[in-house]
Amino acid sequence: MKGDLLIVVQTVTIRDRDRLGELAERSWRPFALLAACFGIWWALTEFEVVPRYLVPSPGATLQLIADKAGYITHHTLVTGYETVLGFVIAVVVGVAAAVLMVASAEVEKTLYPLLLFAQVVPKIAIAPLFVVWLGFGLTPRIVVAVLIAFFPVVISMVTGLKSVDPEMLQLASTMGASPAKTFVKIRFPASLPFLFSGLKVAVTLAVTGAVVGEFVGGNDGLGSIILQANGNLDTPMLFAGLLVMSLLGVVLFAAVEFAERLLLPWHASRRGDAVTVTY
Amino acid sequence: MTVTQQAPAVEIQKVAARFRSKKRDVLALENVSMDVRPGEFVSIVGPSGCGKSTLLKLVSGLLKPSAGAVRLLGGPVGGPRKDVGYVFQRAALLEWRTARRNILLQAEMRGMPQKEAAARAAELIEMTGLQGFEDALPHELSGGMQQRVALCRALLHRPPVLLMDEPFGALDALTREQMNVELHRIWHETSTTVLLVTHSIAEAVYLGNRVVVMTPRPGTIAEVIDVELPRRRNYAATMSQPAFASATSHIRDLLGAATHRE
Ligand SMILES: Nc1ncnc2c1ncn2[C@@H]1O[C@H](COP(=O)(O)OP(=O)(O)OP(=O)(O)O)[C@@H](O)[C@H]1O
Ligand SMILES: [Mg+2]
Repeated sequence: MKGDLLIVVQTVTIRDRDRLGELAERSWRPFALLAACFGIWWALTEFEVVPRYLVPSPGATLQLIADKAGYITHHTLVTGYETVLGFVIAVVVGVAAAVLMVASAEVEKTLYPLLLFAQVVPKIAIAPLFVVWLGFGLTPRIVVAVLIAFFPVVISMVTGLKSVDPEMLQLASTMGASPAKTFVKIRFPASLPFLFSGLKVAVTLAVTGAVVGEFVGGNDGLGSIILQANGNLDTPMLFAGLLVMSLLGVVLFAAVEFAERLLLPWHASRRGDAVTVTY
Repeated sequence: MTVTQQAPAVEIQKVAARFRSKKRDVLALENVSMDVRPGEFVSIVGPSGCGKSTLLKLVSGLLKPSAGAVRLLGGPVGGPRKDVGYVFQRAALLEWRTARRNILLQAEMRGMPQKEAAARAAELIEMTGLQGFEDALPHELSGGMQQRVALCRALLHRPPVLLMDEPFGALDALTREQMNVELHRIWHETSTTVLLVTHSIAEAVYLGNRVVVMTPRPGTIAEVIDVELPRRRNYAATMSQPAFASATSHIRDLLGAATHRE
């Protein structure tokens, strides 16, 4: 043999270590940044750099949220419901559209320009139209959420379905695999990492869609709280609404990311969550 | 050469393969003709880019020849064929499936009985020395292990024709020898017809009944060498045979001449 070189590599995976410690290790930075933001906010109001009636103090805002917990919870649930429903519809319809577009070039040629057109029309501008058509209920807001979340879902899924290794597909045809089996066992799972990156964008956009829908019609949901508070120059309530809305976005985003970790453990681990230590 | 009455397992008749795109027009293969008898082991060697992988894809119907015809097991090849076992040049594993489930993909796609497939997979895992890594994902395997998984997957359904495109390219010398011995044993014990593309002259001669030496692109057959060694071969003993030495040096000369001409 041409010289036996032995390299000893020891690996330690963090997976097995204290899970709480790992969580703290991963998330202290964003929390520190958040704390810093609150600190600046507090300083601005405490030392009256900006007048109280323009920017309420963090303490007053949190106090208000606590005092009006029932009221805020109700409106948060409304917005949350619209967002989640809009997101789910966007995912189902978006994935189906993507599958059809990849399956048939004709469908793709027909749908693609339509999609692009629907995307470039500003949803905020057409939202009032939905209120005219669909009334003041939840429907127009869900529709706006769907419309706004739909595009990233379709684009990411089409990209995912198209980026399957062609040799993998050739292999499937030497196995006599039917198109359905090839789709279920190869194409679809291979596209999931792409889909999930689209879903993360889509879920945050869905919140925006629901709130925009609430701006233009109806009298419940976080969007209408904010609009009302704005009309009454009630800045504490305005800030409370904004804070809760951001929180809603973050929670939904985290839920999608959690689902990704659960469904695609192979993908997460390949991205290097298992830490390799070499001596 | 011995005269057999059986119809050839693979017939390649005046085949050409051309890849045409907007940017370039590549003639990969030109006027390639060859017959492979059932149960025969044919090794294919040639310079990089001469169309060896293309030839295997033509035989399995993954590519259509731009001229000529290919017949497999007595019938014309008119589209992807499922009566082959294929090992691609790259392992081509599904990264979300464990080693075992990558091997079992073959069974799932073919609708083979589960129990039988599982037993066969276990047997192949054992044979290729993958025990202990059945539940590892591809990114947790070395390049050589990934190729062994691909080999197991190709053998799972006991195909009558085995097409192998540099299956041992990523293996270390010692494992490669072991795999050669294993492959020789499998071939000897079954009646599988094998087409093996390799860059190792020793491997080509040790395993092959015949070695096809190809010219640089456009690939044509420079010479077909009959390996004058017994059908059943012992690795170490074969290496020291005069027939082995003369075959390898002849092939080396052919390949050297071919590359210098370029
Ligand atoms: N899908 C393709 N599209 C365009 N050209 C191709 C394609 N596949 C192969 N070729 C061209 O055909 C020629 C032969 O390719 P092939 O992969 O068969 O070579 P090879 O003999 O297997 O080489 P290597 O030993 O490096 O694997 C090359 O010049 C390559 O550029
Ligand atoms: Mg090749």
